[in-house]
Amino acid sequence: MEHGNWLTGSLVYLGAAVLAVPIARLLGLGSIIGYLGAGIVIGPWGLKLVTEAQDMLHFAEFGVVLMLFLVGLELEPRRLWSLRKPIFGWGSAQLFGSALLMVGVAWAFGVDMRLAIVAALGLAMSSTAIGLGVLAERNLMATTSGQAVLSVALLQDVAAIPILALVPLLATTAVQSDGGGWLAAAKAVGVIAAIVLGGRLLLRPALRWIARSKTPEIFTAASLLLVVATAALMQAVGLSMALGAFLAGVLLAESEYRRELETDLEPFKGLLLGLFFIAVGMSIDFAVVLRNPALVAAVVAGFLLLKAAVLWAMCRSMPIPLPERPVFVILLAQGGEFGFVVFQSAAGAGAVDSQAASLLVAAVAISMLLTPVLLVLADRWWARHLASASLASRTATLSEPQSAPVIIAGIGRYGQIIGRMLFANGITPTVLDHDSEQIEALRRFGWHAHYGDASRLDLMRVAGAARARVLVLAIDDIEQSVEVARMAREHFPNLTVVARARNVQHYFRLRDVGVTLIERETFDSALMSARSTLEVLGWEPHQARNLAMRFRSHNISQLEQTLPHWTDQAKLIASAKQGRQQLEQLFAQEREAASQQKARAGWGGLAPPAAASAEPGARRLAPDADAAAAP
Amino acid sequence: MTPISSAPPSQPLVIVAHPHLQLSRTNGKLKRVAANTQATVRDLYALYPDYVIDVEAEQRALADAQLIVWQHPIHWYSAPPLMKLWIDEVLAFGWAYGPGGTALRGKDLWLVASTGGPEDSYRPDSYNRYFFDAFLPPFEQTAALCGMRFLPPLLLHGAHRADDATLAEHARVYEQRLRSYPDWPELAELDACPSCIVPKTARPAEVA
Repeated sequence: MEHGNWLTGSLVYLGAAVLAVPIARLLGLGSIIGYLGAGIVIGPWGLKLVTEAQDMLHFAEFGVVLMLFLVGLELEPRRLWSLRKPIFGWGSAQLFGSALLMVGVAWAFGVDMRLAIVAALGLAMSSTAIGLGVLAERNLMATTSGQAVLSVALLQDVAAIPILALVPLLATTAVQSDGGGWLAAAKAVGVIAAIVLGGRLLLRPALRWIARSKTPEIFTAASLLLVVATAALMQAVGLSMALGAFLAGVLLAESEYRRELETDLEPFKGLLLGLFFIAVGMSIDFAVVLRNPALVAAVVAGFLLLKAAVLWAMCRSMPIPLPERPVFVILLAQGGEFGFVVFQSAAGAGAVDSQAASLLVAAVAISMLLTPVLLVLADRWWARHLASASLASRTATLSEPQSAPVIIAGIGRYGQIIGRMLFANGITPTVLDHDSEQIEALRRFGWHAHYGDASRLDLMRVAGAARARVLVLAIDDIEQSVEVARMAREHFPNLTVVARARNVQHYFRLRDVGVTLIERETFDSALMSARSTLEVLGWEPHQARNLAMRFRSHNISQLEQTLPHWTDQAKLIASAKQGRQQLEQLFAQEREAASQQKARAGWGGLAPPAAASAEPGARRLAPDADAAAAP
Repeated sequence: MTPISSAPPSQPLVIVAHPHLQLSRTNGKLKRVAANTQATVRDLYALYPDYVIDVEAEQRALADAQLIVWQHPIHWYSAPPLMKLWIDEVLAFGWAYGPGGTALRGKDLWLVASTGGPEDSYRPDSYNRYFFDAFLPPFEQTAALCGMRFLPPLLLHGAHRADDATLAEHARVYEQRLRSYPDWPELAELDACPSCIVPKTARPAEVA
């Protein structure tokens, strides 16, 4: 029986996600809307396939926990420390600024004070899941607005603890457990100290010990266990699970297992987050909405506008670069999953009646549903509008049509080298990047640098893609890079694409969309290091250079031969093996030929002692080079 | 030795080598002219900007051709460096000369070269001190060692200062020759390639 339930449950959730997400993406709405829509469809107000929305929400909240662990992994302690000002300063400004404003407005409308405070605190929270999810989806994490969103989200996580403690106190049954607060605080401090100390001293040796067992699934299990254990520990003392996971992540950010933990946990995070959004979709109580549609609409519009006003003021004084402001405001203006928790616990403690609580929950869920829509609208309209409204601003979105022969998409470490070399030779390329600080810095040096996302067709048109000759594709995000390449082929046949590949898979995918001028980003520098190594070992510099050059051309022709069946893993491995054997054979033959030549009279004394057996690949000698055989 | 008459006339192979073709009047023009004929043109500096020569591809191209043209400027009384590297690597022992090295035997090699110095600088009383013929033996003997006939070179002296008419005339002769090969009047009276067999003992014995 139970088994059957589990199966149907999985069937419904997975089926809904697999159908809804690709459809949403196809419509250009992003995956989060897909999940939310799937939730509404299968939920109690749709097909009624699933009814226990709240249970699912609790379970899927673990996706948020995993996500914060992964965010923590990307943030070394030193960087976190440097964020302390934005976290506590701007984070508090957002949370308490918005809450105060909302309480004021609610009070002015004659709402009961307790309800006003609970509602304001709950609505001031933003969805970490959607916020960070969107940042990751758009590759914006490293930008100013990305860091600002993260800082505010972190403070909200911290602040959730006292808020959740405060809400029951608002209930009419005033004074309760005295002294218990102190004990709880001591416990909380103790647990955090334990996590910090344990993370510093114990986790790495433990992971090393587990990794040595060489059982990949056990390492995955250990990664999950680590997050689950931290979360459980935090929950036991009434702290935010997500915050604990974040701390554990930060502590492991410098460890050698960072990448492995990331790849192991990534799929779990993705699926659980999806489940979380589905659960949010399911939990919207349409009965409440339908009873007071005007009131719900007013609450949603009201709190979004009030929060947006506070955020806009913050944007101006932080300052956040103009083009990044829409994303920052929209991501933080929405309500969030902490809101649900606040309203539920307030209703449970009797601080607000359940009718009001479910209305607020619905308002938050609707705002979360609106966020991706607003983002799409902002992309299409707001960013453009901003650009034309602020032509005077130095970092404007691309608005005036460009006519440089070269467009560089992505001006990170890779694109910069290309750009500088072109610049040095009198070509000023048009640069597109989504990092507005980078853009501003380049503009100071007189570059045609513009803020924007190269995967947007309209932006590429304004960037002069229809007239340019070369598109240098140096974006670090693989998906985006392939997408831009595809778009360029479709819409700008005049453009020759010169692309950077992050790895071999990326190389193949670019070849598949018709790009031929591709360099793997680490290949040539690694070959230079191989040359240096051979030189230190006694090879002649020129010999080392020849070997590296031939390794290079062999490797590339090998890659091209593999191209037709790169999606077939088995064939790929077989062909890679064969290629390696060919190269080894080739080098072995040459070593053989060289040693024979050396064995001839008159050559023994000439080999450098350090390279006595090390003259592979010596070319067969040209006539006049061989004194003894001069024709 | 005349070309084997039974085989159909094959396309001439033109090997172009100029390190700064974009600055060249003569060799740039000649390359364009050659590309307009039935000849296969291989521009070495374009194919191998990193000096990594695909020896197999070059040897395949050579094997297909009956007339091989080396078209390049004379730099320091010799070929430009990549052309020289091409000779070193492509005309390999055991392939182009030496035991079993018969791949080029019976073919024709035609040098189409230009010099910066005018013709009268190649005189004992001028700054180049020798008649230009004195610099040809390395080319001639390279052909001979591979069993190729060395056809009378087509030279343009003082290429920097050549006027447009001279250049056009030079290019016209070049084109006409490429198109009419092997029916050149002077080929009839040309001697067969001298035989240059490298004896096995010329190289040190292999030590087992």
